[in-house]
Amino acid sequence: MTNEPDASNEILLEMRGIRIDGYSDEQWHPIIKGVDLTLRRGEIMGLIGESGAGKSTLGKAAMGYTQPGCKLTGGSIMFDGIDLAKASDREKRKLWGTRIAYVAQSAAASFNPAHRLIDQTVESSTRRGIRPDAESRADAVELFRALQLPDPETIGSRYPHQVSGGQLQRVMTAMAMSPRPDLIIFDEPTTALDVTTQVEVLAAMRNIVEEFNTAAIYITHDLAVVAQMADFIQVLRYGEEVEQAPTRQMLTKPEMPYTKSLWSVRALEKPEVKGEDIVLSIDHVDAAYGPLKVLHDVSISLPRGRTVAVVGESGSGKSTTARVMTGLLPPLTGTIMFNGEPLPPALKDRSKDQLQRIQMIYQMADTAMNPRQTVETIIGRPLEFYLGLTGKAREERVIELLKMIELDGSFLDRLPSELSGGQKQRICIARALAAKPDIIICDEVTSALDQIVQEGILKLLLRLQKEFNITYLFITHDIATVKAISDEIVVMFEGKVVEQGLKSEILSPPFPEYTQLLLSSVPEMDPDWLTNLLAARSA
Amino acid sequence: MANNALTASCSVRNFKKIDGTRPSVKQGNARLNAVLATILKRLGLGLATLFVVSGIIFSSISMLPGDFSEAVLGQAATQETVAAFRKELGLDKSAPVRYFEWVGSVLQGDLGTSFSGRNASGQDRSRQVSDLVMPRLWNTLFLAGVTALIAVPLALFLGLTAALYRNTAYDRIVNALTLTTISTPEFFVAYILILFLASLWPVFPSLANIDATTDLGERLYRVALPALTLTLVIVAHMMRMTRAAIINLLASPYIEMARLKGASQSEIILKHALPNAWSPIATVIAFNLAYLVVGVVVVEVVFVYPGIGQLMVDAVTSRDIPVVQACALIFAATYILLNLTADIIGIVTNPRLLHPR
Repeated sequence: MTNEPDASNEILLEMRGIRIDGYSDEQWHPIIKGVDLTLRRGEIMGLIGESGAGKSTLGKAAMGYTQPGCKLTGGSIMFDGIDLAKASDREKRKLWGTRIAYVAQSAAASFNPAHRLIDQTVESSTRRGIRPDAESRADAVELFRALQLPDPETIGSRYPHQVSGGQLQRVMTAMAMSPRPDLIIFDEPTTALDVTTQVEVLAAMRNIVEEFNTAAIYITHDLAVVAQMADFIQVLRYGEEVEQAPTRQMLTKPEMPYTKSLWSVRALEKPEVKGEDIVLSIDHVDAAYGPLKVLHDVSISLPRGRTVAVVGESGSGKSTTARVMTGLLPPLTGTIMFNGEPLPPALKDRSKDQLQRIQMIYQMADTAMNPRQTVETIIGRPLEFYLGLTGKAREERVIELLKMIELDGSFLDRLPSELSGGQKQRICIARALAAKPDIIICDEVTSALDQIVQEGILKLLLRLQKEFNITYLFITHDIATVKAISDEIVVMFEGKVVEQGLKSEILSPPFPEYTQLLLSSVPEMDPDWLTNLLAARSA
Repeated sequence: MANNALTASCSVRNFKKIDGTRPSVKQGNARLNAVLATILKRLGLGLATLFVVSGIIFSSISMLPGDFSEAVLGQAATQETVAAFRKELGLDKSAPVRYFEWVGSVLQGDLGTSFSGRNASGQDRSRQVSDLVMPRLWNTLFLAGVTALIAVPLALFLGLTAALYRNTAYDRIVNALTLTTISTPEFFVAYILILFLASLWPVFPSLANIDATTDLGERLYRVALPALTLTLVIVAHMMRMTRAAIINLLASPYIEMARLKGASQSEIILKHALPNAWSPIATVIAFNLAYLVVGVVVVEVVFVYPGIGQLMVDAVTSRDIPVVQACALIFAATYILLNLTADIIGIVTNPRLLHPR
């Protein structure tokens, strides 16, 4: 892939001066402010930007579709001679699912739970009579095979909940490809997947669009991913184009300061420091949810004032480890030691002081805060409960905490719904900090955030660690985050610890097999990374 | 010879085919068994619930003030006569004994003997409770069945079309009309219908008195007005639930996906939303059907329809305890059975339960 754009090809899609308004807070706001986009046959374009940049809205507008609550207010969308901005619903429906196909972010949510995969795969082809139903079904099996799905003959007869997320995403690609469209919109198709799965899905998608010479718009916030897929990249911000260039040029010589800042985020790296004084340790812990055993003989120790990162894919037992430490899930066997003394396994047996010493920050700041409470109440609660602060003293301390997280007293009366994603996570950090803990367990705290916001949160956490000598257990699946924040790393796979040690040891060879797979699957900002990786793996 | 070879090759092919499908048949059976086991489990739970309810029925009826002997013999009766009569009816035994005797005979299919028809002079013209209750129950089920046949398809149709054309004038009119009929007391709806359809334009009879000899056509004609009244009363609830269940699903990512695959609005509603909405719809239909059996006494009185509701009210007035108990038990069983049916529909329409990983 990543050919230089070939100007000789026929133009397939040309969007001019696209303006889209969205309705919220009882008024219309501009979301897309006059963006142009040109795509030739067989080209793959990357569309990147942070959340709220309007990339998904623009991607759907390329189909002439606007979500409920949005409207197209200006511009033209010429698709192969048809202006989709002016076309009727009936005309657009004829193109959708046949000449233009869409691959959604969450395959699990985007497949109808009531129908079998094969029926959904051939639905569009059959509806428009592209070929007889039986042929479409046979063709779908071939597509499943080409996308390297297991049991291509029979996987179609399963229901969506019966296959994994990575497989579903490939079935969705087959579904998009079934009518042999001219254009596919990929809307963050791998964001919800683990890195190891992502590699397979990316490779499968890239092969199939290459094979059928399909044009595609690939929407993502992950630069390294887009580098593997796209011939050229357009950067969006606040609904406007920042810059556009061929992939290689964009990666090596971005021109605009904003693009440069996007590129530099991944450079954050903390020098590791070896820790001596162990503040908390779990030894030979087995844990289970009912009959399902999830942790097998896990031992982890946290040195005071250091960050231990736990990495692994979903289902590897990272979050369960955190639940064992906090007492939410008492282990079947094994011990938990805190400052050299055994800690009661169950939450209800722990003293207030022990509870105060371990605090948590969650992935979804949205759901971790009561939407009806103000910032003052949210942060004030642990102050009152653990430290007995009330009235004026409590308010002063809340303001002090707000300053620590780089916010101020004006936030006291705000509700969570009035905060941005990054601010919400900062409030959660302040709440954890309010208890003056020794340990903060951070469960994927940055994965729901944009890269620039992520950087801010990570820097804040590092500064707080330095100031208050806090210990972090940092659960993540993102290797870039691990590099940025950790001193030690624990690699987990299927409920077992595969490897643990200092960052420098884990991240340098020789690697155990799984660590090798995990590390090599992290996309790099090199357009040839995927090609080289696949070549290396097949060798 | 050639024929033989042909059959041989055919049988080989057949055998292969059978062989090829065998695992899926087996799997299918295992799934069916799992579903069957769930249904049996629910059925068992339903029976247990019925048992608990029988206790509640019995104790609450025991709490009714006065009893049958006092009601029949009047104020003037002597202590001895009352005691003798009570003994004859078995009311002198302790409550637990009476309860277990009752449950025991119900389990054997015997609902007991009605109190009415007896008097203190030893005459006994009393009838079996089942003889009293069964014809009435059939009448009630007939009316409920006719109403359901009109109301359920109508409610589904209105709900689906209202979802399809939501926020249009059609949607608003359907919503307003059904809300009006549900907010009006049923006896009032009944009298309005009588006024227009029996009095001003005598299309249907205002009395719905039927008996065992009435033939089907005549029955249908006579229950038209009560069935129409009940339809107007229950359609709104089911229609609004159908509409809400569908609209709730329209925000799902898979509906947007269907739209982006070129599905038309009606395809989206019928093919993509409805199969996922059966569970809540079935629940509310079951609830309303149960109401048709247990809650229609007012309509029965207005149209003088010989249903089970009237029978129970009469039995309560005369303290005919065996009849009251039998009716209450039938009502409870109706609720449990219909809710069970809704649960089963919820299970068989949910692929996650029908086809586990």
